[in-house]
Amino acid sequence: MKTSFIALAATMAIGATAATAEEVRVYNWSDYIDEELLTKFQDETGIKLIYDVFDSNDVLETKMLAGNSGYDVVVPSGTFLQRQIAAGAFQKLDKASLSNAGNMWDVIADRTASYDPGNEYSINYMWGTTGIGVNVGKVKEVLGEDAPIGSLALIFDPANMEKLASCGVHVLDAADEMIPAALAYLGENPDSHDKDVIAKTEPLFTAVAPYIQKFHSSEYINALANGDICVAVGWSGDILQARDRAAEAENGVEIAYNAPSEGALMWFDQMAIPVDAPNAEAAHKFLNFIMDAQNMADASNYVYYANGNKASQPLLEEDVIGDPAIYPDEATLENLYTTSPYPPKVQRVVTRMWTKIKSGT
Amino acid sequence: MRRLLIAVPFLWLLALFIVPFAIVFKISLSDLAVAIPPYTPTLDIAEGWAGLKAFFAELDFENYIWLTEDDLYWKAYLSSFKIAVISTLLTLLVGYPIAYGIARAPQEWRAMLFMLVILPFWTSFLIRVYSWMGILSQEGYLNQVLLWIGVINEPLIILNTNIAVYIGIVYTYLPFMILPIYAALEKLDISLLEAAEDLGCSRFSAFWLVTVPLSKQGIIAGSFLVFIPTIGEFVIPSLLGGSRTLMIGKVLWEEFFSNRDWPVASAVAVVLLLILIIPIVLFQRNEQKQREANQ
Repeated sequence: MKTSFIALAATMAIGATAATAEEVRVYNWSDYIDEELLTKFQDETGIKLIYDVFDSNDVLETKMLAGNSGYDVVVPSGTFLQRQIAAGAFQKLDKASLSNAGNMWDVIADRTASYDPGNEYSINYMWGTTGIGVNVGKVKEVLGEDAPIGSLALIFDPANMEKLASCGVHVLDAADEMIPAALAYLGENPDSHDKDVIAKTEPLFTAVAPYIQKFHSSEYINALANGDICVAVGWSGDILQARDRAAEAENGVEIAYNAPSEGALMWFDQMAIPVDAPNAEAAHKFLNFIMDAQNMADASNYVYYANGNKASQPLLEEDVIGDPAIYPDEATLENLYTTSPYPPKVQRVVTRMWTKIKSGT
Repeated sequence: MRRLLIAVPFLWLLALFIVPFAIVFKISLSDLAVAIPPYTPTLDIAEGWAGLKAFFAELDFENYIWLTEDDLYWKAYLSSFKIAVISTLLTLLVGYPIAYGIARAPQEWRAMLFMLVILPFWTSFLIRVYSWMGILSQEGYLNQVLLWIGVINEPLIILNTNIAVYIGIVYTYLPFMILPIYAALEKLDISLLEAAEDLGCSRFSAFWLVTVPLSKQGIIAGSFLVFIPTIGEFVIPSLLGGSRTLMIGKVLWEEFFSNRDWPVASAVAVVLLLILIIPIVLFQRNEQKQREANQ
């Protein structure tokens, strides 16, 4: 009698904590959401939202492959998603509980299906391009009025870089984005997995590496906005955020973003639910919340990235939907390429080459 | 009862060192795979003896052979070793006078001086290293002050270089050097110095011939406490160092995160441990000698 009473009390206690402390843990990229949306989600659903951020796909993938990350929603990019699906890291989405699924944009869904066939494991959050952000005034001061700001020659031609070094150049610390860019500049297939073709990019990087101040994937937002650097190879929305921060600060810094004329990488950040998510039900609620047209529009209006949500488009501000740097026109869209994941052996060659480029060893 | 007492430290060693080491060592003998966890084989206990046999058959030393084939690894080990040696010497150079000063200070001041050494530890290590970024950057406080005084005309580039790494390491590990040296100096019998001076020693040579040898144990202990963690340091070089700062901690990070190659990352870690065991054994032996001398 006594033991059963204790057991009963224990179950009641557990039941009570579960009811009061339902929570969902989201792991997303840094500077990637309007924080008001997080509060809105908590108010609407009563679910406590714990929001953590990362700034590299590598960190996310390592957590996923180690298992038991404790997260309910994570946001890997296309190629990483594809490999993590193959490793069995994600669970199939329960489409029945995603009532807003009809809002999604088929143009994007068709492309993301190459990473996640049938879009069974993920929904698109944002997509964008990898390109070049410049401090227009400074670059023209250094290279003259006809500086090739819309071309990869700006960063791969040592003659340009030698002059730009004095005002500061940052480059993404992401081999899987920089090597395709170098291949595009050389006129090769950016998605090449051939070791010999990839090796052709090494002399290109080695020639300009001494003029690169830093390889980093998030510091350039502030550095561009403050005028500490004049060129950054980075992600479209991050550079546009830098542009807006500079405009707000009225510090005389004018930032422009260009998807390079030689072709630019188009990437997709996909929301997925880990196979061992502690609260998959709440995770679906979060995904459905994000797929709401108004919420998605608010997110894009805040972070200046295009989204994969057709219904949100009428709700977007003109400087988002009308900006070809965010929503590219047909001609630019033609010029965008996508990549696929490197097999482990090629990945090792790529990482080794990247370390050599960065450290000289 | 006595056996139980002896068993405690062994259990401690087993749980906190041998078991984790065995896991890492096992992974270092495995092969890369696209799976959770990202390597094969994993031991399937349900299959019993046959499973165990198949498991061991798949392990090999391939990853260690790989380490010898690429010069990146030994260069990184060597560079870490160099940075650790230089940092230890610099920390000793800065720490010894401070420890000496505290030990010679009037009794009532010592507690306060001691606090001053330990107080920064109450702030998170990460925040303290971050604040050095603010001090050392091109637009940072140090450059602003130096420009204002007129010592320099152009801002110095310190952040993202090895100099910043040395500054960060010396700053972070200074208390580990000061505390053991202080402990040794505090026990020093002042009358020995008086005797030396009576016998015609100058103050400097008395310091060199009496104080330094008698604080040798403290110097050795402090040096090991700085050297051992520095060699595997990751946070300080990644925040303050540039892309050209090559350290084994960073290589390990890249194996683990960029290549997602846990087996090779584990092999790097095992080799690092073997390199570190040598100074640790020397340290232990030194400690033992000291204990015997005291008895």
